[in-house]
Amino acid sequence: MSPRITIATSARVLMQLRHDPRTIAMLLVVPSLLMSLLWWIYDGGRMFDLIGPALLAIFPFLVMFLVTSIATLRERTTGTLERLLAMPTGKLDFLLGYALAFGAVALVQATLTATVAVGLLDMRATGPTWILVAVAVFDALLGVALGLFVSAFAATEFQVVQFMPALILPQFLLCGLLVPRAELPGILEPISDVLPLSYAVDAMLEVQAVAEPSVTGDVAVVVGFSLALLALGAATLRRRTP
Amino acid sequence: MGTAPDIAVRARGLRVVRGERTVLDDFDLEVRQGTLTGLLGPSGSGKSTLMRAIVGVQKVAGGTIEVLGQPAGSKPLRHRVGYVTQSPSVYGDLTVRQNLWYFAKVLGAPSTDVDRAIEQVDLTSHAHQLVGRLSGGQHSRVSLATALLGEPEVLVLDEPTVGLDPVLRVELWGLFHRLAESGVTLLVSSHVMDEAERCERLVLLREGAVLADDTLPDLLARTGTADAEQAFLKLIERADSEVKES
Repeated sequence: MSPRITIATSARVLMQLRHDPRTIAMLLVVPSLLMSLLWWIYDGGRMFDLIGPALLAIFPFLVMFLVTSIATLRERTTGTLERLLAMPTGKLDFLLGYALAFGAVALVQATLTATVAVGLLDMRATGPTWILVAVAVFDALLGVALGLFVSAFAATEFQVVQFMPALILPQFLLCGLLVPRAELPGILEPISDVLPLSYAVDAMLEVQAVAEPSVTGDVAVVVGFSLALLALGAATLRRRTP
Repeated sequence: MGTAPDIAVRARGLRVVRGERTVLDDFDLEVRQGTLTGLLGPSGSGKSTLMRAIVGVQKVAGGTIEVLGQPAGSKPLRHRVGYVTQSPSVYGDLTVRQNLWYFAKVLGAPSTDVDRAIEQVDLTSHAHQLVGRLSGGQHSRVSLATALLGEPEVLVLDEPTVGLDPVLRVELWGLFHRLAESGVTLLVSSHVMDEAERCERLVLLREGAVLADDTLPDLLARTGTADAEQAFLKLIERADSEVKES
Protein backbone atom coordinates (compact mmCIF):
# COMPACT_ATOMS: atom_id res chain seq x y z
CA MET A 1 0.00 0.00 0.00
CA SER A 2 1.04 3.62 -0.46
CA PRO A 3 0.02 6.64 1.64
CA ARG A 4 -0.10 8.74 -1.54
CA ILE A 5 -2.74 6.50 -3.12
CA THR A 6 -4.70 6.05 0.12
CA ILE A 7 -4.97 9.80 0.69
CA ALA A 8 -5.74 10.50 -2.96
CA THR A 9 -8.54 7.93 -2.75
CA SER A 10 -10.01 9.60 0.34
CA ALA A 11 -9.81 12.99 -1.35
CA ARG A 12 -11.49 11.58 -4.43
CA VAL A 13 -14.34 10.03 -2.43
CA LEU A 14 -14.90 13.36 -0.64
CA MET A 15 -14.79 15.22 -3.98
CA GLN A 16 -17.52 12.93 -5.30
CA LEU A 17 -19.57 13.70 -2.22
CA ARG A 18 -19.04 17.43 -2.70
CA HIS A 19 -20.70 17.21 -6.09
CA ASP A 20 -23.76 15.81 -4.37
CA PRO A 21 -25.01 18.50 -1.96
CA ARG A 22 -28.31 16.70 -1.42
CA THR A 23 -26.54 13.65 0.00
CA ILE A 24 -24.37 15.86 2.22
CA ALA A 25 -27.47 17.62 3.55
CA MET A 26 -29.17 14.28 4.24
CA LEU A 27 -26.06 12.89 5.94
CA LEU A 28 -25.72 15.87 8.23
CA VAL A 29 -29.30 16.95 8.92
CA VAL A 30 -31.34 13.74 9.08
CA PRO A 31 -29.75 12.32 12.26
CA SER A 32 -30.38 15.60 14.10
CA LEU A 33 -33.97 15.66 12.87
CA LEU A 34 -34.53 12.09 14.02
CA MET A 35 -32.99 12.93 17.38
CA SER A 36 -35.42 15.84 17.65
CA LEU A 37 -38.31 13.54 16.74
CA LEU A 38 -37.24 11.16 19.49
CA TRP A 39 -37.15 14.06 21.96
CA TRP A 40 -40.67 14.99 20.91
CA ILE A 41 -41.98 11.41 21.17
CA TYR A 42 -40.79 11.16 24.78
CA ASP A 43 -41.62 14.77 25.46
CA GLY A 44 -37.99 15.38 26.40
CA GLY A 45 -38.33 13.02 29.37
CA ARG A 46 -36.17 10.35 30.96
CA MET A 47 -36.64 7.85 28.12
CA PHE A 48 -35.05 10.33 25.72
CA ASP A 49 -31.96 10.49 27.94
CA LEU A 50 -31.81 6.69 27.95
CA ILE A 51 -32.37 6.01 24.25
CA GLY A 52 -30.68 9.09 22.75
CA PRO A 53 -27.05 7.93 23.19
CA ALA A 54 -27.85 4.49 21.75
CA LEU A 55 -29.36 6.15 18.71
CA LEU A 56 -26.17 8.14 18.36
CA ALA A 57 -24.44 4.78 17.86
CA ILE A 58 -26.95 3.41 15.38
CA PHE A 59 -27.23 6.37 12.96
CA PRO A 60 -23.63 6.48 11.74
CA PHE A 61 -23.46 2.69 11.53
CA LEU A 62 -26.58 2.48 9.40
CA VAL A 63 -25.92 5.51 7.21
CA MET A 64 -22.29 4.70 6.49
CA PHE A 65 -23.20 1.11 5.73
CA LEU A 66 -25.65 2.26 3.07
CA VAL A 67 -23.42 4.91 1.56
CA THR A 68 -20.33 2.70 1.43
CA SER A 69 -22.02 -0.42 0.11
CA ILE A 70 -23.59 1.49 -2.77
CA ALA A 71 -20.44 3.49 -3.53
CA THR A 72 -18.24 0.37 -3.68
CA LEU A 73 -20.82 -1.58 -5.64
CA ARG A 74 -20.67 1.23 -8.21
CA GLU A 75 -16.89 0.95 -8.33
CA ARG A 76 -17.27 -2.74 -9.04
CA THR A 77 -19.94 -2.41 -11.72
CA THR A 78 -18.56 0.61 -13.61
CA GLY A 79 -15.10 -0.90 -13.94
CA THR A 80 -13.31 1.80 -11.95
CA LEU A 81 -12.25 -0.76 -9.34
CA GLU A 82 -10.79 -3.00 -12.03
CA ARG A 83 -8.94 -0.01 -13.48
CA LEU A 84 -7.57 0.98 -10.08
CA LEU A 85 -6.36 -2.53 -9.35
CA ALA A 86 -4.73 -2.74 -12.79
CA MET A 87 -2.87 0.43 -11.72
CA PRO A 88 -0.52 0.46 -8.70
CA THR A 89 -3.45 0.72 -6.22
CA GLY A 90 -3.20 -1.74 -3.35
CA LYS A 91 -6.33 -3.30 -1.90
CA LEU A 92 -5.62 -1.58 1.41
CA ASP A 93 -5.28 1.79 -0.34
CA PHE A 94 -8.78 1.35 -1.65
CA LEU A 95 -10.30 0.14 1.63
CA LEU A 96 -8.53 2.64 3.88
CA GLY A 97 -9.22 5.44 1.42
CA TYR A 98 -12.94 4.84 1.86
CA ALA A 99 -12.63 4.34 5.62
CA LEU A 100 -10.75 7.64 6.05
CA ALA A 101 -13.16 9.63 3.89
CA PHE A 102 -16.35 8.31 5.45
CA GLY A 103 -14.76 8.35 8.91
CA ALA A 104 -14.23 12.08 8.46
CA VAL A 105 -17.84 12.53 7.36
CA ALA A 106 -18.97 10.49 10.36
CA LEU A 107 -16.97 12.73 12.69
CA VAL A 108 -18.80 15.80 11.40
CA GLN A 109 -22.13 13.99 11.49
CA ALA A 110 -21.69 12.68 15.05
CA THR A 111 -20.41 16.03 16.35
CA LEU A 112 -23.41 17.78 14.89
CA THR A 113 -25.92 15.23 16.17
CA ALA A 114 -24.39 15.14 19.64
CA THR A 115 -24.31 18.94 19.79
CA VAL A 116 -27.98 19.11 18.89
CA ALA A 117 -28.89 16.34 21.34
CA VAL A 118 -26.93 17.70 24.28
CA GLY A 119 -26.99 21.42 23.54
CA LEU A 120 -30.45 22.00 22.12
CA LEU A 121 -32.47 19.03 23.30
CA ASP A 122 -30.84 18.83 26.71
CA MET A 123 -30.07 15.11 26.49
CA ARG A 124 -28.50 14.17 29.82
CA ALA A 125 -25.68 11.65 29.68
CA THR A 126 -23.65 11.12 32.84
CA GLY A 127 -20.36 10.65 30.97
CA PRO A 128 -18.62 13.25 28.77
CA THR A 129 -20.08 14.10 25.37
CA TRP A 130 -16.78 13.72 23.50
CA ILE A 131 -16.78 10.01 24.28
CA LEU A 132 -20.26 9.76 22.73
CA VAL A 133 -18.87 11.35 19.57
CA ALA A 134 -15.74 9.17 19.56
CA VAL A 135 -17.77 5.98 19.93
CA ALA A 136 -20.11 7.16 17.16
CA VAL A 137 -17.13 7.56 14.80
CA PHE A 138 -15.97 4.00 15.50
CA ASP A 139 -19.52 2.81 14.79
CA ALA A 140 -19.42 4.66 11.50
CA LEU A 141 -16.17 2.87 10.60
CA LEU A 142 -17.88 -0.41 11.44
CA GLY A 143 -20.63 0.54 8.99
CA VAL A 144 -18.01 1.38 6.33
CA ALA A 145 -16.26 -1.97 6.83
CA LEU A 146 -19.51 -3.94 6.66
CA GLY A 147 -20.61 -2.00 3.58
CA LEU A 148 -17.32 -2.66 1.78
CA PHE A 149 -17.59 -6.35 2.52
CA VAL A 150 -21.27 -6.75 1.64
CA SER A 151 -20.94 -4.96 -1.71
CA ALA A 152 -19.08 -8.03 -2.99
CA PHE A 153 -22.23 -10.13 -2.64
CA ALA A 154 -24.58 -7.89 -4.55
CA ALA A 155 -24.81 -7.50 -8.29
CA THR A 156 -27.17 -4.53 -8.30
CA GLU A 157 -28.08 -1.58 -6.10
CA PHE A 158 -31.48 -3.22 -5.51
CA GLN A 159 -29.74 -6.19 -3.95
CA VAL A 160 -27.35 -4.17 -1.87
CA VAL A 161 -30.16 -2.17 -0.29
CA GLN A 162 -31.82 -5.45 0.70
CA PHE A 163 -28.83 -6.19 2.93
CA MET A 164 -29.98 -3.36 5.17
CA PRO A 165 -33.05 -5.17 6.57
CA ALA A 166 -31.18 -8.47 6.39
CA LEU A 167 -28.02 -7.49 8.26
CA ILE A 168 -28.73 -4.26 10.12
CA LEU A 169 -32.28 -4.66 11.43
CA PRO A 170 -31.61 -7.88 13.39
CA GLN A 171 -28.63 -6.17 15.03
CA PHE A 172 -30.88 -3.24 15.90
CA LEU A 173 -33.52 -5.54 17.41
CA LEU A 174 -30.96 -7.43 19.48
CA CYS A 175 -28.63 -4.60 20.49
CA GLY A 176 -30.30 -4.01 23.86
CA LEU A 177 -32.27 -0.95 22.93
CA LEU A 178 -35.72 -2.59 22.91
CA VAL A 179 -35.03 -5.22 25.56
CA PRO A 180 -31.86 -5.17 27.70
CA ARG A 181 -29.51 -7.81 26.31
CA ALA A 182 -29.34 -9.72 29.62
CA GLU A 183 -33.13 -10.16 29.52
CA LEU A 184 -33.32 -11.51 25.98
CA PRO A 185 -35.03 -14.92 25.94
CA GLY A 186 -33.14 -18.17 25.31
CA ILE A 187 -30.58 -18.27 22.57
CA LEU A 188 -31.12 -14.63 21.61
CA GLU A 189 -28.72 -13.35 24.25
CA PRO A 190 -25.70 -15.34 23.02
CA ILE A 191 -26.62 -14.29 19.48
CA SER A 192 -26.58 -10.65 20.53
CA ASP A 193 -23.13 -11.32 22.01
CA VAL A 194 -21.65 -11.97 18.59
CA LEU A 195 -23.20 -8.96 16.86
CA PRO A 196 -20.98 -5.86 16.68
CA LEU A 197 -23.78 -3.31 17.12
CA SER A 198 -24.47 -4.75 20.60
CA TYR A 199 -21.04 -3.56 21.74
CA ALA A 200 -21.48 -0.18 20.13
CA VAL A 201 -24.73 0.33 22.03
CA ASP A 202 -23.22 -1.10 25.24
CA ALA A 203 -20.51 1.56 25.03
CA MET A 204 -23.11 4.29 24.60
CA LEU A 205 -25.22 2.99 27.48
CA GLU A 206 -22.09 3.02 29.64
CA VAL A 207 -21.43 6.67 28.81
CA GLN A 208 -25.08 7.38 29.50
CA ALA A 209 -24.95 5.79 32.97
CA VAL A 210 -21.44 6.36 34.36
CA ALA A 211 -19.56 9.60 35.01
CA GLU A 212 -16.18 8.06 34.19
CA PRO A 213 -17.15 5.40 31.68
CA SER A 214 -14.74 2.70 30.56
CA VAL A 215 -15.63 2.03 26.96
CA THR A 216 -12.26 0.70 25.76
CA GLY A 217 -13.39 -2.94 25.95
CA ASP A 218 -16.56 -2.38 23.92
CA VAL A 219 -14.78 -0.10 21.45
CA ALA A 220 -12.03 -2.70 21.04
CA VAL A 221 -14.65 -5.27 20.05
CA VAL A 222 -16.16 -2.83 17.54
CA VAL A 223 -12.72 -2.08 16.10
CA GLY A 224 -11.93 -5.81 16.00
CA PHE A 225 -15.09 -6.50 14.01
CA SER A 226 -14.23 -3.61 11.67
CA LEU A 227 -10.71 -4.92 11.02
CA ALA A 228 -11.99 -8.45 10.45
CA LEU A 229 -14.60 -7.16 8.00
CA LEU A 230 -11.98 -5.06 6.21
CA ALA A 231 -9.77 -8.14 5.89
CA LEU A 232 -12.70 -10.11 4.49
CA GLY A 233 -13.48 -7.16 2.23
CA ALA A 234 -9.89 -7.15 0.97
CA ALA A 235 -10.27 -10.82 0.10
CA THR A 236 -13.26 -9.97 -2.11
CA LEU A 237 -11.28 -7.39 -4.09
CA ARG A 238 -9.89 -9.43 -6.94
CA ARG A 239 -7.30 -8.16 -9.33
CA ARG A 240 -8.06 -11.00 -11.71
CA THR A 241 -11.66 -11.90 -12.40
CA PRO A 242 -13.11 -14.77 -14.43
CA MET B 1 12.95 -14.02 -18.96
CA GLY B 2 13.43 -15.65 -22.33
CA THR B 3 11.69 -12.86 -24.19
CA ALA B 4 13.61 -10.96 -26.84
CA PRO B 5 14.08 -7.34 -25.78
CA ASP B 6 11.97 -5.89 -28.57
CA ILE B 7 8.93 -8.06 -27.90
CA ALA B 8 6.28 -6.15 -25.94
CA VAL B 9 3.63 -8.85 -25.64
CA ARG B 10 4.08 -12.58 -25.92
CA ALA B 11 1.28 -15.10 -25.40
CA ARG B 12 2.04 -18.82 -25.58
CA GLY B 13 -0.63 -21.50 -25.52
CA LEU B 14 -2.96 -19.11 -23.76
CA ARG B 15 -6.23 -20.63 -22.59
CA VAL B 16 -9.07 -18.63 -21.06
CA VAL B 17 -12.36 -20.08 -19.92
CA ARG B 18 -15.22 -17.76 -19.02
CA GLY B 19 -18.13 -19.59 -17.47
CA GLU B 20 -18.93 -22.59 -19.67
CA ARG B 21 -17.22 -21.13 -22.70
CA THR B 22 -13.58 -21.55 -23.72
CA VAL B 23 -12.89 -18.11 -25.15
CA LEU B 24 -9.23 -18.60 -26.05
CA ASP B 25 -7.58 -21.97 -26.52
CA ASP B 26 -3.90 -22.59 -27.23
CA PHE B 27 -3.58 -19.00 -28.36
CA ASP B 28 -0.23 -17.58 -29.50
CA LEU B 29 0.58 -13.95 -30.18
CA GLU B 30 3.68 -11.81 -30.36
CA VAL B 31 3.68 -8.03 -30.58
CA ARG B 32 6.84 -6.02 -31.22
CA GLN B 33 7.60 -2.86 -29.30
CA GLY B 34 6.67 0.46 -30.86
CA THR B 35 4.07 -1.01 -33.19
CA LEU B 36 0.38 -0.33 -33.71
CA THR B 37 -1.58 -3.55 -33.95
CA GLY B 38 -5.24 -3.70 -34.78
CA LEU B 39 -7.20 -6.46 -33.16
CA LEU B 40 -10.26 -7.06 -35.31
CA GLY B 41 -13.12 -9.45 -35.27
CA PRO B 42 -16.83 -9.72 -34.59
CA SER B 43 -18.08 -9.22 -31.05
CA GLY B 44 -17.62 -12.37 -29.05
CA SER B 45 -14.48 -13.33 -30.95
CA GLY B 46 -12.27 -12.98 -27.88
CA LYS B 47 -10.76 -9.52 -28.45
CA SER B 48 -11.71 -8.10 -25.06
CA THR B 49 -10.72 -11.30 -23.25
CA LEU B 50 -7.30 -11.25 -24.89
CA MET B 51 -6.85 -7.61 -23.91
CA ARG B 52 -7.91 -8.31 -20.34
CA ALA B 53 -5.36 -11.13 -20.22
CA ILE B 54 -2.61 -8.80 -21.49
CA VAL B 55 -3.44 -6.25 -18.80
CA GLY B 56 -3.59 -9.01 -16.21
CA VAL B 57 -7.16 -8.64 -14.98
CA GLN B 58 -8.34 -11.86 -16.62
CA LYS B 59 -8.13 -15.20 -14.88
CA VAL B 60 -6.15 -17.46 -17.16
CA ALA B 61 -6.69 -21.23 -17.28
CA GLY B 62 -3.43 -22.14 -19.01
CA GLY B 63 -0.44 -21.00 -21.02
CA THR B 64 1.72 -17.97 -20.40
CA ILE B 65 1.45 -14.31 -21.20
CA GLU B 66 4.30 -11.86 -20.80
CA VAL B 67 4.35 -8.11 -21.22
CA LEU B 68 7.72 -6.32 -21.50
CA GLY B 69 9.35 -9.52 -20.33
CA GLN B 70 7.30 -9.77 -17.13
CA PRO B 71 4.27 -11.92 -16.36
CA ALA B 72 1.13 -9.98 -17.38
CA GLY B 73 -0.40 -8.03 -14.52
CA SER B 74 2.66 -8.27 -12.30
CA LYS B 75 3.46 -5.39 -10.02
CA PRO B 76 6.25 -3.68 -12.02
CA LEU B 77 3.93 -3.50 -15.03
CA ARG B 78 1.09 -1.67 -13.34
CA HIS B 79 2.29 1.81 -14.22
CA ARG B 80 3.84 0.81 -17.54
CA VAL B 81 0.66 -0.52 -19.16
CA GLY B 82 -2.32 1.72 -19.93
CA TYR B 83 -5.72 0.12 -20.39
CA VAL B 84 -9.05 1.39 -21.64
CA THR B 85 -12.07 -0.83 -21.23
CA GLN B 86 -14.91 -0.95 -23.70
CA SER B 87 -17.34 0.85 -21.43
CA PRO B 88 -15.73 3.96 -19.98
CA SER B 89 -14.49 3.33 -16.44
CA VAL B 90 -14.25 6.78 -14.91
CA TYR B 91 -16.24 8.56 -12.21
CA GLY B 92 -19.38 10.20 -13.57
CA ASP B 93 -19.78 12.35 -10.46
CA LEU B 94 -16.39 14.04 -10.84
CA THR B 95 -15.27 16.59 -13.40
CA VAL B 96 -12.96 15.59 -16.25
CA ARG B 97 -10.05 17.26 -14.46
CA GLN B 98 -10.80 15.69 -11.09
CA ASN B 99 -10.93 12.23 -12.66
CA LEU B 100 -7.53 12.70 -14.25
CA TRP B 101 -6.09 14.31 -11.15
CA TYR B 102 -7.03 11.23 -9.15
CA PHE B 103 -5.71 8.66 -11.60
CA ALA B 104 -2.50 10.68 -12.03
CA LYS B 105 -2.03 10.57 -8.24
CA VAL B 106 -2.58 6.81 -8.23
CA LEU B 107 0.01 6.37 -10.96
CA GLY B 108 2.40 8.84 -9.36
CA ALA B 109 2.39 10.78 -12.65
CA PRO B 110 3.35 14.49 -12.63
CA SER B 111 0.41 16.87 -12.39
CA THR B 112 1.35 18.38 -15.76
CA ASP B 113 0.20 15.09 -17.30
CA VAL B 114 -3.38 15.97 -16.45
CA ASP B 115 -3.69 18.93 -18.81
CA ARG B 116 -1.59 17.20 -21.45
CA ALA B 117 -3.87 14.14 -21.48
CA ILE B 118 -7.02 16.28 -21.53
CA GLU B 119 -5.64 18.14 -24.52
CA GLN B 120 -4.65 14.94 -26.32
CA VAL B 121 -8.27 13.79 -26.33
CA ASP B 122 -9.52 17.28 -27.18
CA LEU B 123 -11.52 17.90 -24.01
CA THR B 124 -9.81 21.07 -22.76
CA SER B 125 -12.99 23.12 -23.13
CA HIS B 126 -14.89 20.53 -21.03
CA ALA B 127 -12.25 20.07 -18.34
CA HIS B 128 -14.46 21.43 -15.58
CA GLN B 129 -17.66 19.64 -16.54
CA LEU B 130 -18.98 16.64 -14.69
CA VAL B 131 -18.20 13.49 -16.67
CA GLY B 132 -21.73 12.17 -16.12
CA ARG B 133 -23.13 15.15 -18.05
CA LEU B 134 -20.90 14.64 -21.10
CA SER B 135 -21.99 12.91 -24.29
CA GLY B 136 -21.14 9.22 -24.78
CA GLY B 137 -18.20 9.98 -27.04
CA GLN B 138 -16.77 12.56 -24.65
CA HIS B 139 -17.26 10.16 -21.76
CA SER B 140 -15.17 7.47 -23.43
CA ARG B 141 -12.50 10.03 -24.29
CA VAL B 142 -12.09 10.79 -20.58
CA SER B 143 -11.46 7.08 -20.09
CA LEU B 144 -8.90 7.17 -22.90
CA ALA B 145 -7.17 10.22 -21.42
CA THR B 146 -6.71 8.28 -18.19
CA ALA B 147 -4.72 5.65 -20.05
CA LEU B 148 -2.41 8.34 -21.46
CA LEU B 149 -1.28 9.50 -18.00
CA GLY B 150 2.23 8.73 -16.84
CA GLU B 151 3.69 7.79 -20.24
CA PRO B 152 2.78 4.10 -20.43
CA GLU B 153 4.98 1.89 -22.62
CA VAL B 154 2.13 -0.38 -23.67
CA LEU B 155 -1.39 0.84 -24.41
CA VAL B 156 -4.23 -1.65 -24.59
CA LEU B 157 -7.30 0.08 -25.99
CA ASP B 158 -10.56 -1.83 -26.27
CA GLU B 159 -12.74 -0.14 -28.89
CA PRO B 160 -11.53 3.37 -28.06
CA THR B 161 -13.24 5.02 -31.02
CA VAL B 162 -16.75 3.61 -30.67
CA GLY B 163 -19.40 6.30 -30.94
CA LEU B 164 -17.00 9.03 -32.03
CA ASP B 165 -17.56 11.23 -35.03
CA PRO B 166 -15.33 10.69 -38.09
CA VAL B 167 -13.23 13.83 -37.53
CA LEU B 168 -12.38 12.85 -34.00
CA ARG B 169 -11.65 9.28 -35.04
CA VAL B 170 -9.11 10.46 -37.57
CA GLU B 171 -7.54 12.68 -34.91
CA LEU B 172 -7.29 9.87 -32.38
CA TRP B 173 -5.77 7.47 -34.91
CA GLY B 174 -3.25 10.22 -35.65
CA LEU B 175 -2.46 10.33 -31.94
CA PHE B 176 -2.09 6.53 -31.82
CA HIS B 177 0.39 6.66 -34.70
CA ARG B 178 2.41 9.42 -33.07
CA LEU B 179 2.55 7.38 -29.86
CA ALA B 180 3.72 4.32 -31.78
CA GLU B 181 6.41 6.37 -33.50
CA SER B 182 7.63 7.53 -30.10
CA GLY B 183 8.09 3.90 -29.08
CA VAL B 184 4.78 3.07 -27.38
CA THR B 185 3.31 -0.32 -28.24
CA LEU B 186 -0.40 -0.09 -29.02
CA LEU B 187 -3.00 -2.79 -29.28
CA VAL B 188 -6.28 -1.37 -30.48
CA SER B 189 -9.41 -3.44 -30.91
CA SER B 190 -12.28 -2.59 -33.15
CA HIS B 191 -15.19 -4.30 -34.78
CA VAL B 192 -15.35 -1.59 -37.43
CA MET B 193 -13.34 -2.96 -40.31
CA ASP B 194 -12.56 0.36 -41.96
CA GLU B 195 -10.45 1.23 -38.94
CA ALA B 196 -8.20 -1.66 -39.91
CA GLU B 197 -6.78 0.48 -42.65
CA ARG B 198 -5.09 2.64 -40.06
CA CYS B 199 -3.10 -0.18 -38.44
CA GLU B 200 0.35 -1.39 -39.44
CA ARG B 201 -0.55 -4.92 -38.58
CA LEU B 202 -3.89 -6.63 -38.42
CA VAL B 203 -4.80 -9.56 -36.28
CA LEU B 204 -8.18 -10.95 -37.24
CA LEU B 205 -9.82 -12.99 -34.55
CA ARG B 206 -12.73 -15.34 -34.90
CA GLU B 207 -14.06 -17.63 -32.21
CA GLY B 208 -10.92 -17.28 -30.16
CA ALA B 209 -8.49 -18.17 -32.94
CA VAL B 210 -6.28 -16.04 -35.18
CA LEU B 211 -7.84 -16.08 -38.63
CA ALA B 212 -5.17 -13.85 -40.14
CA ASP B 213 -2.14 -11.93 -38.94
CA ASP B 214 -0.80 -9.67 -41.64
CA THR B 215 -0.32 -6.15 -42.95
CA LEU B 216 -3.32 -4.78 -44.80
CA PRO B 217 -1.72 -4.75 -48.29
CA ASP B 218 -0.60 -8.36 -47.90
CA LEU B 219 -3.98 -9.35 -46.58
CA LEU B 220 -5.74 -7.74 -49.55
CA ALA B 221 -3.33 -9.32 -52.01
CA ARG B 222 -3.73 -12.75 -50.44
CA THR B 223 -7.52 -12.63 -50.52
CA GLY B 224 -7.85 -10.67 -53.75
CA THR B 225 -10.21 -8.19 -52.14
CA ALA B 226 -10.45 -4.41 -52.02
CA ASP B 227 -10.89 -3.69 -48.33
CA ALA B 228 -10.50 -5.22 -44.91
CA GLU B 229 -14.16 -6.08 -44.50
CA GLN B 230 -14.28 -8.08 -47.72
CA ALA B 231 -10.97 -9.71 -46.86
CA PHE B 232 -12.36 -10.78 -43.52
CA LEU B 233 -15.52 -12.23 -45.05
CA LYS B 234 -13.43 -14.06 -47.64
CA LEU B 235 -11.23 -15.57 -44.92
CA ILE B 236 -14.28 -16.74 -42.99
CA GLU B 237 -15.67 -18.29 -46.16
CA ARG B 238 -12.41 -20.14 -46.78
CA ALA B 239 -12.12 -21.33 -43.22
CA ASP B 240 -15.70 -22.63 -43.27
CA SER B 241 -15.24 -24.49 -46.55
CA GLU B 242 -12.03 -26.09 -45.24
CA VAL B 243 -13.96 -27.35 -42.26
CA LYS B 244 -16.60 -28.85 -44.55
CA GLU B 245 -14.02 -30.57 -46.76
CA SER B 246 -12.22 -32.15 -43.85
